[in-house]
Amino acid sequence: MSTDKLIAALAVDGTQDAPPMRMLLRATLAGISAAAALFFILLGLRQDFMAAMHTWRFVFKFVVSLALAASAALLVARAADPRSARGPADMVLALAPALLLAAVIVELIAMPQAVWMPRLMGHNARICLMSIPLLSLGPLALLLLALRSSAPASPLRAGALAGLMAGGLGAAFYAAHCPDDSPLFVAVWYGLAITFVTLLGASVGQRLLRW
Amino acid sequence: MNQPNTSLAAQSDEIAWATLMRAALGGDQAAYRTLLEALAPVLRGSARRGLTRAGLGSADVEDVVQETLLAIHVKRHTWNSDQPLRPWLNAIARHKLIDAMRRRGRRGEVPIDGLEDFLPDTAPAAETSQGELTRLVSRLEGRQLAIVRAISLDGESISGAAAKFAMSEGAVRVTLHRGLRKLASLYRGDGAP
Repeated sequence: MSTDKLIAALAVDGTQDAPPMRMLLRATLAGISAAAALFFILLGLRQDFMAAMHTWRFVFKFVVSLALAASAALLVARAADPRSARGPADMVLALAPALLLAAVIVELIAMPQAVWMPRLMGHNARICLMSIPLLSLGPLALLLLALRSSAPASPLRAGALAGLMAGGLGAAFYAAHCPDDSPLFVAVWYGLAITFVTLLGASVGQRLLRW
Repeated sequence: MNQPNTSLAAQSDEIAWATLMRAALGGDQAAYRTLLEALAPVLRGSARRGLTRAGLGSADVEDVVQETLLAIHVKRHTWNSDQPLRPWLNAIARHKLIDAMRRRGRRGEVPIDGLEDFLPDTAPAAETSQGELTRLVSRLEGRQLAIVRAISLDGESISGAAAKFAMSEGAVRVTLHRGLRKLASLYRGDGAP
């Protein structure tokens, strides 16, 4: 088929998707709603939620997971563009790990060595490891679908960033249920769970987001 | 990232092309057609240069041009009309050229220049193969195959195709759009829409 004939067909097709930003915004809002619904059905707020809001360790779990979700969201939006590449903006990803590292250091200084391990192991690491990926699945799927209509320069990278963002959102919800507030627990178990979601996003993204 | 373009010709292309693309995104089919017709020879030049440099010969140039035009088409909503068009076009063309090279057994390490480095290629398209598109169109099924063929090969209009296949114009539009998306995905070999 000649290029002229192809162009004739392309010119007649006026149907186009919504801009990537709008689709990503919709996916984010729908993803948060999906995670919230799953959270209230399966887990719910922990009993002493209101009292816990007065302790820095509990509040910090939201700060660090939302910082991760927000910084990843910024890069997901950039990754939707075919011109996207690694750049100085990637530095925002250091924000959440830096906050977490600082909190871990404070915890190690504030607490005697004898309680380090018990606090790190916590009470329900296994539920944490399962719940965060579960809560992240909705946001991850919706973000990947939205990205699919975009033109990411690197499908693997776009998928990983979507995983990181979804992992941060899932962690923020799980934090409201989880009775373990030590930054040591968060660093190890939240970290593992979010890493898993990120790898899942990268692996699915690499296939799904090719164009 | 692309360097700022200093060539006057490139600057006037940028303005003309961006104006056409804005009109196209607003639904102006004639402007869109003019744009694609202006892009084809430029893409041909960059594809020929890229393939030759990679030692792949220029036999498949037109296949790459057609695949790139399809990619520009199905991804045109990802261009932000507040931004220059050329860097976006470059990114799409580069992505598809690297893709085409990989499928032909080359890694993406071959340096690929931006469109601004190339003059339009005036060599007639007919000299090179256009077989890939023909082959992929034949892999479409049912209505998609019929509509894409009628509108491209027979030059049928939307309303003409609607009458011919006893479909509503809306249904023809949707079928054409899905057919072209499918076509763009068939180049990857995985068939996912």
